[in-house]
This record gives sequence, C-alpha cells and structure tokens, in this order.
Amino acid sequence: MFVFILRRLIQALVVMVCVALIAFMLFQYVGDPVVTLLGQDASPEQIAQLRADLGLDQPFFVQFWYFLLNAVQGEFGLSLRQGVKVSGLLAERFPATLELALVAAVMALSIGIPMGVYAALKRGTFTSQIFMMVSLLGVSLPTFLIGILLILIFAVLLGWFPSFGRGEVTQLGFWSTGLLTAKGWHHITLPAITLAVFQLTLIMRLVRAEMLEVLRTDYIKFARARGLSSNVIHFGHALKNTLVPVITITGLQLGSLIAFAIITETVFQWPGMGLLFIQAVTFADIPVMAAYLCLIALIFVVINLVVDLLYFVVDPRLRVDHS
Amino acid sequence: MRNWLARMGDTDIGYSFRHSPVAMAAALVAFTCLFCALFANVVAPHNPFDLATLELSDARLPPVWQEGGKTSYLLGTDDQGRDILSALMFGARISLMVGLASVLLSVALGVGLGLVAGFFGGALDAFIMRLCDVMLSFPAILVALLIAGVGRAMFPNADESLAFGVLIISISLTGWVQYARTVRGSTMVERGKEYVQAARVTGVAPVRIMARHVLPNVLGPVLVLATIQVATAILTEATLSFLGVGSPPTAPSLGTLIRVGNDYLFSGEWWITVFPGAMLVVIALSVNLLGDWLRDALNPRLR
Repeated sequence: MFVFILRRLIQALVVMVCVALIAFMLFQYVGDPVVTLLGQDASPEQIAQLRADLGLDQPFFVQFWYFLLNAVQGEFGLSLRQGVKVSGLLAERFPATLELALVAAVMALSIGIPMGVYAALKRGTFTSQIFMMVSLLGVSLPTFLIGILLILIFAVLLGWFPSFGRGEVTQLGFWSTGLLTAKGWHHITLPAITLAVFQLTLIMRLVRAEMLEVLRTDYIKFARARGLSSNVIHFGHALKNTLVPVITITGLQLGSLIAFAIITETVFQWPGMGLLFIQAVTFADIPVMAAYLCLIALIFVVINLVVDLLYFVVDPRLRVDHS
Repeated sequence: MRNWLARMGDTDIGYSFRHSPVAMAAALVAFTCLFCALFANVVAPHNPFDLATLELSDARLPPVWQEGGKTSYLLGTDDQGRDILSALMFGARISLMVGLASVLLSVALGVGLGLVAGFFGGALDAFIMRLCDVMLSFPAILVALLIAGVGRAMFPNADESLAFGVLIISISLTGWVQYARTVRGSTMVERGKEYVQAARVTGVAPVRIMARHVLPNVLGPVLVLATIQVATAILTEATLSFLGVGSPPTAPSLGTLIRVGNDYLFSGEWWITVFPGAMLVVIALSVNLLGDWLRDALNPRLR
C-alpha cells in the first residue's frame, strides 16, 4: 500500500517536472524578452547588463531551478498582453471555469445514468434506440457546433436564454459565484448543456454497457432465483456494481471538462480560464500559456492520483494482490 | 473494371458490405463528399477565391428557398458575396486534406514507435509506454492547441504552407498514441511466433524482420483505427480552426467558415454557419459509421 502510493506520487512528480520543463522551454525559445524590453537598437553592453540583471546568463539548469521555485509559488510573471500578474489573472478566472465544469458534470451524471439504465433494461425498445442514436450524434457533433446550435435555437430564434457572459456574480471573499442568483443560473444553462452533452453520451454508453455486463452475471441470476423484485435487483444489485467504473471515468473526465471548457467558453464568451488561454494562444502571450499549462497539468495529475487511490479503497481485490 | 468489382463483391468484406445498408449509405455519402472536395474547382458553381467574380451587392443572400434568395446561389452567400455551396466544397477539400495528412503522419509515427517498443522491449519499451500514458492523461484537443499555439508564437509571420504544417503536426502528435499501443500489443504476440523465429535464425536484420514480416501482420486493427481517426482528425481540425489557431483565413476549412459565420448568427444569417456545420457533421458521421462497420466486418469473432 505504502509503496504503491509512493510510486504514484513519484510518477506524478515526474510528470509535473516534465510539464514545467516544457513551460520553461516556451520562455526560453519563443521570443527574446531582452529584445522586447530594450527594443531593436540597444547596445551590446546594455543587452549584456540586462541579461545579467535578469539572470539570463546563468546556466540552463540554474535558470530552470529558479523557474521551478517561482512556479511552485504560483509566480509566472506578467502577462505580455495585459501587463498584469498572471497568477492574479488566473485566480480571477478560475471560479467561472470550475462552476461551469461542476454544473456540467452534475447535469451529465443526473441525466446520463438514468438514460443508460433505461437503455440497458429496455434494450431494443423504440425509446432506447432513440437514446443510442442521440448518443451517436453526440459523439459526432463537435462541442463548438453544439454550442452554436444551442445559441441559434434558444438565444437567437426563441430568445429564452442569454448567449454570452456570466450575468450577475456575487463576490464571496476571493470567490465570485454566479450560482446564487437566478440571473446567474439563467446564464450558465446553455454553456453547461454544451459542455455536458459529450460527457452525457459517454456516461450513458458506459452505464448501458456495464449494466448489460452485470445483468449477465451469476449473482444477478441467483438474486432472480431468490425471488427478489426486479426493482431491488436492478437498482440495489446491478446499478450499484456498475457505478464503480462510472465514478472512475467521471472523475477522470472532470479534468477534460475543464479542458473542453476552452471551446465552450469561446463560444459563449464565458469569462473563464479557457477564454484567457485561447486569447493568450492567439496573441502568443507566453507567461499566460505557461501558467495555464502548469495549472491544468496539476489538476490532471491530482485527479489521476485521487482516482488511483480511490480505486484502491473501493476495490478490495487490488489490496490483496499488492500485500 | 467490372471483373475487379465482382471479385471485390465476392470477398467476406464485400459480402458484409452488400448486406449492410448503413455501410452502403455511409460510403455513398462519404464518397460524394470526397468527390465534391477533390474536384471542387470543376463541380463548384462559383470560385469563392476569385475576387473578380465577387459582387458585394450579392452579399449575405439567403438560401434559394427563402425570400430574397437567388437561384445562382443555392445555399446563399456570405458577407463578401461568396457562394456558400462552393465555399463548402473548397472548405471540405481543405478539411479532408488536413485530416488525411495528419492521420497518415500519426499512423507512421505510432506504428513505428509501437513496432520498436513491442519488438525490442526493455527500457525503450518502458519509455515509449510511459510517454503514451502521459499523452493519454491529457485531452487531445488541449495538446493540439498547445502545439498550435507554440507554433504560432515561434513563427509569427508564417505563410500558408507553414501554418498547415504546424496544424497537421499538432493534430498528428495527439493521435499516434492509440496506434502505438495497438501495434505494440500485436507485435509482442507476433514476436514469439515461429515465422519470426525462423527469420531470426536465418539471420535477417531486425529492421527487415519488423518491416517485412511483422508489420503486415499487425496492420489490420490499425486500418480500422485509422478510419475512425480520420473523423476525429477532421473534427479536431475544425475545432482548432474555430478557435482561430487552425487553417488560415486565406484557405478556409469548414471550421474557419463556421468561425466566420458565427459573427453573423445574431443578425439572423444562420446559413453562413449552419451549412458548413452540417457538412462537417455529415462527413464525420459517415466516416464514423464506415469505421464501425469495418471494425465489425474485419473482426471474425463478431460474425
């Protein structure tokens, strides 16, 4: 158990250092900050002086070490485009993205699981065929198109929902939330649906497949033979056993929700980290790109780690094998 | 030609194809799109890139069945008076080109690395597989965005071909992992078989064994994966273009067309966005269905 955790931790650390190295290389090889600061016609002495002042004459690994020290403290310098501290920019945008991802995840789970259960139990009926068709469409429709179609139908043609921004936000300390007002919920509806569709189809297909698998097992047959009601069998025994992989996948998908939020945020002009990132990419704003990269990598690594450990807790077989 | 077709029809795959209406419909749609895209300069009613033929007075015309539509512009025109139908065909050409090129590149990369990992094993194998794990733990679109972004930052004044190069590389660098894993698995199985042993004993060089003996035997699953990946690559390209880091505006792919049309959504000119979007979905869906069919047809266990 201890060895397992330690190995996972070291692995996570290696991945983080690799990502930090990539982020550092961005600073090193894309654009020269000295030229940016001094302009084209600076004298060689001035350039050398500034290089020494900025620590750019140090060996590669010394520079990387300072970069790591700063990165751990969340310090990535100033945004080239906005001239503001990157850490502040990200902190300001983080709540919007997280709220969007969480609402979408809840939506996908609460609709996807029942749909999957239904499609598995009532296999071959008209409704479950429709569910499967819809899920195929959900896989083939790229996220940005779903967003555009929703905007076209519900914002432009019907006028039911707003199509951009967060609406009203309430400030709770450092956290700005849009979930306390009706207007905020009104604004989050379309983006959250857009983000949820792909996850929903994924969860539905997964639940259906797992459910079909479990329903074939011996203990379900035995439960039938014992004369338990089909509700108890389906929801007490079968569904419970399908939920382990579903929870794992959903946990892993939370990270990709935050990444896919880039697209949704662009379509709906949602003021989150994704929108910040895509603006940084189009303007080659390296500090913002590097900071976003490190933050996302951190989120992914932490989620992967937690899911791995949870697996260990949930599935007793793993524990026996290792000890 | 007829003889060849008849022989094709008699094979197992041909049989399965003739008995699957979904596969036939998907193939028909996919090849129609491919045809229109390949011969866009012949089939298309207008040339959207010929500035001399553009009439600003024809800008933002609705499709022909709506009031104000003109019969010469079946699906309407965009903000610069370009015919949407023609722009679709030229756009599909670019989308398909980028999609196919990036799939080819990632197949080459993935199959190569997978063969090496599976054939030699050891530290090299462990390293390549770790790399795969790391790649897989990040969503493809994020990796592609990052590479495209770095490419943009490194070559700020890139011309068209360089921009496409960066785009194709960024998509293929996210797609190779699946091939590598599949090929590695089947290579490890093939490596222990007698014909490989025999080749080794007779002194054939490892590279030659991999290329001539192992490779043909591990390509089956790769073919299925590659078909489905074409759809994924086209969608990734469209997403990148929509986000503004894909195809340059001078050579618009379907994603670029959607991005441009998105600005006119609120003024009610839906056709500038909806038609490229529909085209994209039709291409992706038909390729996906073809890939699903091919997987079932090539897998003897499912028959």
